[in-house]
Amino acid sequence: MTPLLSVRDLRVGFGQNPAANEVVKGVSFDLAPGETLAIVGESGSGKSVTALSVNRLVDFGGGRITSGSILLQRSDGSTLDVAKADEKVLRTIRGRDVGMIFQEPMTSLNPVHTVGAQIEEAFRLNRGLHGAEAERAALEVLERVRIPDAKSRLAYYPHQLSGGMRQRVMIAMALASSPRLLIADEPTTALDVTVQAQIMALLAELRAETGMSMIFITHDIGLVAGIADRIMVMQHGLAVEQNTTDAVLDNPQHDYTKHLLNAVPHFTSGKAVRADNERTTTSEPIIRVDDLVVRFPVKKGLFKPKGAIHAVDGVSFDLMPGETLAIVGESGSGKSTTARAILGLNEKHRGAIAAKAGRSRRPIQMVFQDPFASLNPRLNVEALMAEPAIANGQKLDDALRDRMRFLLDRVGLPADVLNRYPHQFSGGQRQRLCIARVLMLNPDVVVLDEAVSALDVSVQARVLDLLVDLQREFSLAYLFISHDMAVVERIAHRIAVMYAGQIVEIGEARSVLSDPQHSYTKRLISAVPAVERRRQHFAVDATQVPSLVRPAGYEPPPANWREAGHDHRVRIEEIK
Amino acid sequence: MQKLFRAFLRHPSGRIGLAIISLYLIAALLGILGITPHDPLKLFAIDRLKPPNATYWFGTDLLGRDTFSRLMVGIKQSMIIAFSSVALATLFGTIIGLLAAWWGTLWDGILMRIMDVLLAFPAILLALLIIAIVGPGTGTSVAAIAIVYTPIFARVVRGPALSLKQRDFVDAARTFGSSQPYILSRHLLLNLVAPLAVQVTLALAWALLTEAGLSFLGLGTQPPTPSLGLMLAESKNLMTQAPWLMIFPALTIMLGILGFNLTGDALRDILDPRMERREA
Repeated sequence: MTPLLSVRDLRVGFGQNPAANEVVKGVSFDLAPGETLAIVGESGSGKSVTALSVNRLVDFGGGRITSGSILLQRSDGSTLDVAKADEKVLRTIRGRDVGMIFQEPMTSLNPVHTVGAQIEEAFRLNRGLHGAEAERAALEVLERVRIPDAKSRLAYYPHQLSGGMRQRVMIAMALASSPRLLIADEPTTALDVTVQAQIMALLAELRAETGMSMIFITHDIGLVAGIADRIMVMQHGLAVEQNTTDAVLDNPQHDYTKHLLNAVPHFTSGKAVRADNERTTTSEPIIRVDDLVVRFPVKKGLFKPKGAIHAVDGVSFDLMPGETLAIVGESGSGKSTTARAILGLNEKHRGAIAAKAGRSRRPIQMVFQDPFASLNPRLNVEALMAEPAIANGQKLDDALRDRMRFLLDRVGLPADVLNRYPHQFSGGQRQRLCIARVLMLNPDVVVLDEAVSALDVSVQARVLDLLVDLQREFSLAYLFISHDMAVVERIAHRIAVMYAGQIVEIGEARSVLSDPQHSYTKRLISAVPAVERRRQHFAVDATQVPSLVRPAGYEPPPANWREAGHDHRVRIEEIK
Repeated sequence: MQKLFRAFLRHPSGRIGLAIISLYLIAALLGILGITPHDPLKLFAIDRLKPPNATYWFGTDLLGRDTFSRLMVGIKQSMIIAFSSVALATLFGTIIGLLAAWWGTLWDGILMRIMDVLLAFPAILLALLIIAIVGPGTGTSVAAIAIVYTPIFARVVRGPALSLKQRDFVDAARTFGSSQPYILSRHLLLNLVAPLAVQVTLALAWALLTEAGLSFLGLGTQPPTPSLGLMLAESKNLMTQAPWLMIFPALTIMLGILGFNLTGDALRDILDPRMERREA
């Protein structure tokens, strides 16, 4: 069978001298009709640039194809070399032959038009449909992407839809022209894990229905296992390995593929939890949180009643010295709000947070998610490291500089960085810097709010190892906030699962992950992509998180708990 | 600092702007020191209304005073007023903008509405109002121009400060227990240096123009002290007989504004974080 797409020795460069600044350095692959190719690699590997070259969107980002050919079989049977086609021809390809979905469903929809109008536009441009015809087609395609109550959603604006819904709308727009090839550039990276599973299941079903080919770009090799026929692994602009999915996953040839498969955290349903630090009931908790409630008021106009977002609703837990408690949940579940309330960054509505007097004046410290945003770009490392100490009455003297050097060395940064600025470091190095900085005050508890989520997968693994080492060395307790079950499995002693502002299940990591009791925990764990689970089928499930906006004065019913084993408690669910 | 200077020399309009401003600063400095070709106040009675020549480079006025010397002193006068008024406006505008952003809600509303009221008046009109109340003079001009431009600085600071306030590094500073003055100066103000520097140079150009306008109306610098606006006003009746009396002060004002504007543009390009990253 002739391939739908045949890329030979593709080279793409950027800037004034594209030949010298090559990002893709000679990539070749074929894609048969109906086949799915996954391009896997870390940021900067050239995976997105390769895929964007196929519809030449790379030109708009300043890239230039310096050599190579991209032969695309068009729907009329002719073959076109995309690498040499001019813009006028390219416009007829984009949308019609090659559809595209992007990473950020928030920014790729126009906020001032309804989703219906935007889907209808896609039909008008690509199929020449107008008026009622276009409207009918839009409704039909929204139903195809399994949006519940599609008819009324046509009149919605993008901001009224959740991230998963928006990504479905994007897919619907890409489908409007029945493309023969769909390029998906990290389509689920910005989404929660259960939503991600729904989108992946949807893409698999649509592929089976329409017989289109797909190029799926991702950094998560576990994610593609269930959908791809072939996998191409990219590193530094080169395709280091490409083969069928089973061959790559079961019998990787290249060192980098092995590294991606081994070094990177993979979810194993509780088999890889930490064995150290058995919890003893005799010691006193370092933090005890009791019935924490955080609400954000909502104003609804002059005469309408005011309500509140119940971001955190009656959360209680305690944290022992030297222990890691992971709080997992999806965005909007209140896990970050809980962390911020413990640090006093959000005001609490009710409840008690008791911290035992610790080693320093500020026993609780926090590492933030984005290492680029949490360091002031105008201060050098010395000033950044000194800030916590100065804030607590110390002087910037040689003893303090010695401590900085010691900690920088301990987190694996060279000692001569004191005069450098944050932009001179990579993301992983910055996060190490942030970790060293919170250790300046010798805290008892470090709150890690998605601290490794923004890092590339292999960097993530090394930072996790560092965190585990530091925990033993400085006897730290971690409150580890994450949405990533594979990461949590590696570092947590205990896990608290949050859903809609409440803890629904809490207990020892192994028993929560291997024997989840609450229906939400089960759903969350079954949605985690894993290499091992590649043959499992995940059904499309459109369950929505309930709204957290409550009328004024609303109090949730008291929680009832049941024991599900040693140190494992589950909230009893209401029977609907 | 050296890097900044070299970047200026590489930037085409920065080079020209910097040259013009240097020229003006030298002229102003000589004006302060009193090193002028002739005494700017002395009346050369026999040399009245002389066109430009070897002795009087830019000619003489109706009373026989040397235009070139008077221009140098006029530049000095304009520069002193422009720099001090913009310095005051920057100081107060920055404080108001920072505090409005930091305190938020009610204070933000009160402070920024006051700024909006000030901004609603045309610059010259507001300055006229202030001078009408206090009376003309150099000090009043400085105060008037400073008040006119304070809201602009307050706005320039408030916007970015609001977004900086939400940034993670400010939250991080709070978890360390850093004091408010420390957060305001190290985390907010330090990141505002670039937009402020651009605004200061542009404001200098406006201040120069406003000062000339006030003097032209007789409300700024009082005679016999020479000033650019005053010289322009005196020349308007002699426009046909002695065009040099109008041309040279007008060119001086224009060139000065051009110099500050070019420098401001160059500064904006140079301090743009996207440029910075390219160089790093």
